[in-house]
Amino acid sequence: MRNIFLVIKREYLVRVKKKSFLIMTLLAPLLFVGFYAVVIWVAIGSVDTKTVQVLDESGLFKKEFKDSETLKFVYLDASLDSAKARFKGSEANALVFIPKNVINEPKSVRIYAAKNVSMDLKSDIEKVIEKQIEDIKLSAAGITHQILEDSRVNVTSETISLSDEGEKTSSSGAATVIGGICAFLIYMSVFIYGTQVMRGITEEKTSRIVEVIISSVKPFDLMLGKIIGVALVGLTQFVLWIFLTAALTSATSAALSSQMPKDSPQMKQEMKKIQDGMPNRQMPGGTVENPIAEVLGAVNSLNIPLIIGCFLFYYLGGYLLYSALFGAVGAAVDNDADTQQFMLPITLPIIFSFVFAQFVLRDPDGNLAFWTSIIPFTSPIIMMVRIPFGVPAWEIALSMVLLVLGFMGTTWLAARIYRVGILMYGKKVSYKELAKWIFYK
Amino acid sequence: MNIIEVRNVTKEYSNHVALDDVSISIPKGSIFGLLGPNGAGKTSLIRIINQITGPDKGQILFDGEILNASHISRIGYLPEERGLYKKMKVGEQLLYLAQLKGLSQKQAMEKLKIWFVKFDIKTWWDKSVSDLSKGMQQKVQFVSTVLHEPDLIILDEPFSGFDPINANLIRDEILELKQKGCTIIFSTHRMETVEELCDNIALIHKSKKVLDGPKKEIKEQFKTHTYFVEYKGELDGLENTFEILDEKELESGYKRTNIHLGQNISPNELLTSLLPKVEIRSFGENIPSMSDIFMRSVNEVPEG
Repeated sequence: MRNIFLVIKREYLVRVKKKSFLIMTLLAPLLFVGFYAVVIWVAIGSVDTKTVQVLDESGLFKKEFKDSETLKFVYLDASLDSAKARFKGSEANALVFIPKNVINEPKSVRIYAAKNVSMDLKSDIEKVIEKQIEDIKLSAAGITHQILEDSRVNVTSETISLSDEGEKTSSSGAATVIGGICAFLIYMSVFIYGTQVMRGITEEKTSRIVEVIISSVKPFDLMLGKIIGVALVGLTQFVLWIFLTAALTSATSAALSSQMPKDSPQMKQEMKKIQDGMPNRQMPGGTVENPIAEVLGAVNSLNIPLIIGCFLFYYLGGYLLYSALFGAVGAAVDNDADTQQFMLPITLPIIFSFVFAQFVLRDPDGNLAFWTSIIPFTSPIIMMVRIPFGVPAWEIALSMVLLVLGFMGTTWLAARIYRVGILMYGKKVSYKELAKWIFYK
Repeated sequence: MNIIEVRNVTKEYSNHVALDDVSISIPKGSIFGLLGPNGAGKTSLIRIINQITGPDKGQILFDGEILNASHISRIGYLPEERGLYKKMKVGEQLLYLAQLKGLSQKQAMEKLKIWFVKFDIKTWWDKSVSDLSKGMQQKVQFVSTVLHEPDLIILDEPFSGFDPINANLIRDEILELKQKGCTIIFSTHRMETVEELCDNIALIHKSKKVLDGPKKEIKEQFKTHTYFVEYKGELDGLENTFEILDEKELESGYKRTNIHLGQNISPNELLTSLLPKVEIRSFGENIPSMSDIFMRSVNEVPEG
């Protein structure tokens, strides 16, 4: 036990004292906050209004394009050619051309612009035209304007999760974001820290210090010490990132909010866009009064302690499961270049789970979601995607038990390969050879 | 009293036998030479004594007890393939290795100070190992091997990579350790080292022990009862009991001859017969060198 502790201490200190660790730990939150600050700054700063010229030959859209804070519509009355010629000299950002027979040929609408038009502008214009044509066609079919108005019911639904603690307003949007972030963090850390374990073991092997070390430490203790040491480095980095990011974010937003009017229309629009961009859009974008409060409320509706607890468990479980395998690879080869052939079977399940995660986000209670969140090789990533949406306790328990068994299994397997591999030099190892090592006495 | 007793140890790997029923006794306080050609099984035996691997059959006694984990801190091991953490500082690294051998940080620090003064390497403490030359790294590794004052020190080719000055320094250290009562196992190909330092030897060849015992006795055993004479004159008409093996002309008119003596004939009798015939410059017994013994033992074992 004393030796395992010494190994953990060395592995931890050697890595934490490295300049690259310090740089990464400080730089990542700075980059994150910097990015965040730039986004907000751009949002506040872009108050210039865009002018859109409309050349409406059909005469159907006279009143339909409504000016907003960022868009100003100017109606032209000229031929297309002269309008185009004048457009170049004007300060207008875009020219919309609606031909006479737009009702029959809706695809003939054109948007001219000096530069490319943003997707938002394009879809806004298309929406207005679509709606007007729809209205006209419906009226032509005998449905009056009044009926149309009446039939336009604005349904806004609230998703409410029924749980033992009673009803709770939930937000699939927030759950999606949180689940996605957790899955990504676990995916990244398994890769980054798993390869660190592998590198460390290959380094000990190629520098031949391993023979000295294992004359005092049991190979299993050495391997486990390294795995735990690197895990602690990862945890340290996470904790520092969370604190630094939180501190920097609050400092930055305090600085920014002093320059920013409350509920500025730009902010509202930005928030609306972000919400609209979410895959599961449940929040009624139009009725958002205070979007920030809404998001905070949604986040608060999630079971944050459960999510953090599970995140730590699945981070550690997934890392332990995979780093043992990475460690076995490190012990089996002579140098970094030879690791490739053994890396594939280890990285595939990690990459697959990250791909599956995208589907699971859309259908967090489906069959795929269930099975992949139970199997230990995919569960660390997939279960973290599902947990913000709410998962039955027995499923979490089963998945956790299997994950623990899973990493005990991979650690056992890795230890068998490790103790033979670290003393094996100058030999190209095949899978058959590895299998033999596992069953050595 | 033997510090190590290897009893009928067999070790097999998937496709070959590394040690085949090997028994060796290593007396306490001796310098023991473990000899053998490359791939004979020396490293396998050393790894078993270090508890890096275990024997398939047989057992090892350390100081009378069956080898177990508590003996790890009483052994110091310098492997043939030297290695240190390249990026780690010399001081930190030695502290770490000493602590793994069971020393407390404080004890390790005190002992390290003594060694750093002794080897005059105080300025190395904060240097990265990769900044040291190969010879300097060897010195650091030697310190790490003996720092915890083990009872048994196993040195695999200890002089490789040292210049003559540092090799002498290390040799003196080894002799000093022996004086203090340490037992030292040498694994080496360099017969001059064995000749100079070892009290006992064992020779392993093709996984089997072919020879062991005190160096003196082995030399006695390998004596061929031949004597050399360097002389001026003609060696004609010697008795039949003296068999002239060869004769060689040396520069300056002297000749050198090897003469084999028959059973129970003393060198004095040879001298008496020689004196009237030739002018003797030097005379002596041909004592087999370790190198001769090594070659003869290895070649006697049939191939395959």
